[in-house]
Amino acid sequence: MIINPAEIQETLELILPQVQKPGRYTGGEFNQVVKDWGETDLKVALVFPDLYELGMSNLGLAILYDRLNQRPDVLAERAYAPWSDMESRMRSKGIPLYSLESLHPLSSFDVIGFSLPYETLYTNTINLLNLSGIPVFSSERKSEHPLIIAGGHATYNPEPMAPFIDAFVIGEGEEIILEIIDALKIWKDQGKSRRELLISLSSLWGIYIPSLYKPKYGQDGVFTGIDPLEDKAPRQIVKRITAKLPPPTTRFIVPYIDTVHSRVPVEIMRGCTRGCRFCQAGMITRPVRERPVEEIIEAISHALDNTGFEEVGLLSLSSSDYTDILQLVQEVSKHFADRHLSISLPSLRIESFSVELMDALKDARRSGFTLAPEAATERMREIINKPVSDQQLLDTCREIFNRGWHNIKLYFMIGHPAETMDDVKAIARLCRDVLQVGKEILGWRAQVTAGVSTFVPKPHTPFQWVACDTVDQIYAKQRYLKAALRGKGLKLNWNSPEDTMLEAWLSRGDRRMADVIYEAWRMGAIFDAWKEHFNYQIWIQAFEKAGLDPSFYTHRERPIDETFPWDHISTTVRKKFLTEDYLWSLQGKTRVDCRERCFACGILPTFAELRRENPGDVWQCPEVKTRKIAARDLEILDLELLPVIAKSSL
Amino acid sequence: MSETLTRIRINFSKTASIRFTGHLDLQKTWERTFRRARLPIAYKQGFNPQARLNLALALPLGFTSQCEILDVWLEYPVSFSELESRLLPALPPGLEISRFQEVGLSEPALQTQIASAEYHISMDNQHPDVQSNCEVLLRSASIIRQWKGKSYDLRPLILELRALPEGSGGKQVIFVRLSAREGATGRPEEVASALGISPTLTRVHRIKLAFMNNEI
Repeated sequence: MIINPAEIQETLELILPQVQKPGRYTGGEFNQVVKDWGETDLKVALVFPDLYELGMSNLGLAILYDRLNQRPDVLAERAYAPWSDMESRMRSKGIPLYSLESLHPLSSFDVIGFSLPYETLYTNTINLLNLSGIPVFSSERKSEHPLIIAGGHATYNPEPMAPFIDAFVIGEGEEIILEIIDALKIWKDQGKSRRELLISLSSLWGIYIPSLYKPKYGQDGVFTGIDPLEDKAPRQIVKRITAKLPPPTTRFIVPYIDTVHSRVPVEIMRGCTRGCRFCQAGMITRPVRERPVEEIIEAISHALDNTGFEEVGLLSLSSSDYTDILQLVQEVSKHFADRHLSISLPSLRIESFSVELMDALKDARRSGFTLAPEAATERMREIINKPVSDQQLLDTCREIFNRGWHNIKLYFMIGHPAETMDDVKAIARLCRDVLQVGKEILGWRAQVTAGVSTFVPKPHTPFQWVACDTVDQIYAKQRYLKAALRGKGLKLNWNSPEDTMLEAWLSRGDRRMADVIYEAWRMGAIFDAWKEHFNYQIWIQAFEKAGLDPSFYTHRERPIDETFPWDHISTTVRKKFLTEDYLWSLQGKTRVDCRERCFACGILPTFAELRRENPGDVWQCPEVKTRKIAARDLEILDLELLPVIAKSSL
Repeated sequence: MSETLTRIRINFSKTASIRFTGHLDLQKTWERTFRRARLPIAYKQGFNPQARLNLALALPLGFTSQCEILDVWLEYPVSFSELESRLLPALPPGLEISRFQEVGLSEPALQTQIASAEYHISMDNQHPDVQSNCEVLLRSASIIRQWKGKSYDLRPLILELRALPEGSGGKQVIFVRLSAREGATGRPEEVASALGISPTLTRVHRIKLAFMNNEI
């Protein structure tokens, strides 16, 4: 294998002209950071295990890249998954996975950090380790190998990837990444064993070292719990949060080639107060923290000067819920009126105010307006806790068509708990009703696009007990919708049921699922999120080889007291709260926005001290005035289960 | 605005990793460069506002060039010295400006003015017969080739072709001048193929773009 950057460069000269989109593999973009390799203590490779075009649009990695490179003793470089045409040439010429900045092989870095926002990146992660010449199993790595870490929303259930990753970052990465660096520097100086490093990392708030734990299973194959193998390993791993959001990153690399999102992304708010029961992001990103309007305006201004991007994305899980959203939108329009900008404001609530907001953005492009009712009957929207009346939806759509948008995109899911065929039929009926509203205003120009995905019960949500629809059930529902949503002005998008199954297995799996992932990769599974590559049969065979039954993971309704393979990972939203919320859903009971009333999900008792240190509007949770109030809530928590660092914050 | 609209012509080179950036992406890169430089690039109004800029002749992916030309429209005049001082820090690695020039608004589009393009093709492998092969090619009445499923005659597109005396790098280099009129543009890698040289084992560098009115 070639390990010298100059030789890698020379070989690339030969192979790049032969591959599709060679601009993915060259680096050299505006704002990339290249430091002196020999003069920098600690080297971090940040990897998005999918194509460059996707990875370059990932805000999390851009933040970490910026924060790491701000430290003089650290350099951070990037790598992405090569498409198969490039991979086969790299393998045949002996080029390992290399960083775009300096063309160093990934094996020469101290740390490799994988971003895992979704589960279908797992086989690519293993493949990239292999392409780097690094043993794919954590247990086979030696001191000379880089520390392999991974974070992102998918890792809230780390077990399926446990054997491949040395350390998981549970929660928000912007602070802990620097603590990992510090721990690594100390370890390097001391010259201790790799195991010592992992044990020392395990005491950091938000770090999970899977090799320090052993899962247990009952006679029936059901997971029953996990035992720490080291005294120092915490029984529960509490997610890391950044109590007050730091000013946004404003220095982004400007790609030479078109990427999924070529824009300035600004996170205006983290977390969501709505409590939709299917939504994992809404449960795991609590508490809600907002950035001040002035900070956002300033960040956009700097970022535009740094990048020249033509688009700004104001990102959050629910833009309408940002406290000063109207003021923000007005300020953005005013400040950047002469910059020929387009501004995206995703995730708007179904109400006419959202239309006013989009109008205030004065974006000339009125191509499509997106709303996500998620379910088509009021009954089902109550079950999922997204209560909106049909009338409210139709009124909002009328307003949208009135203000000049021709195409409304409506997002739905099928396969919700307690769903009947009537709920599915209602999707088609509602789309036709919305189209009718559009036709009254715009005639034949009106369009409705229905995006219908299939629900996957995600870990750490109130629906984690629910069984998935089977492939046959999904096909039947999709068949109905395909027939019912034909005709002028109607369009339907859907996911293949097999894609949904894979997502469900991988997100709900226990540690034994790692065998399935490994076998699937050995049989050639990579780029599972891409229809060009995804092969369902490989996965079915991999389950057989691993001696596991896929339906055990996806089609079994779990008893309410079942222990989940992810229960030792604490989002701080208590299981008791999730249980209650699930039972409420079965009765059609809803919860209001938790800014109106606190439902004691568990965030405040765990992070009472952090809340006290960050009073007022920094969090949208109620203030914790005295220790007494917090102490009452504390009874619900088992203090012994918390790691030292979280306990000290109580 | 229309009274102060200014059209600037920029000559630039394209090397390093940006050579793998295609025509449309290069336009986008220039637009962002002007935006970073806070220069008043003009936009065509419409459903999707488009930056007003024009590249003379698409440079195939992977080729380098010392003679690219860009026309850009600014909302009001900016001195060349200010253009230079603002663009310099905003330019991505691999793009280098060699000249600014103001051109008349009424001049026809840049791409319609180009007549021919000159290239150096350097070869990784040794081809002892390359000069005689060039002569054979030039003597042919026609060279029928396939491009994207269509057959065409390469011969009339070749205006000049010869092997250059070996340079200091030890690599053999072919000089070729190809027609570059709209609808009649020759590709240097096609010439290499016609000479029996694998295009993947060559580097192509564009050295000159010639305008119609300069033609003999």
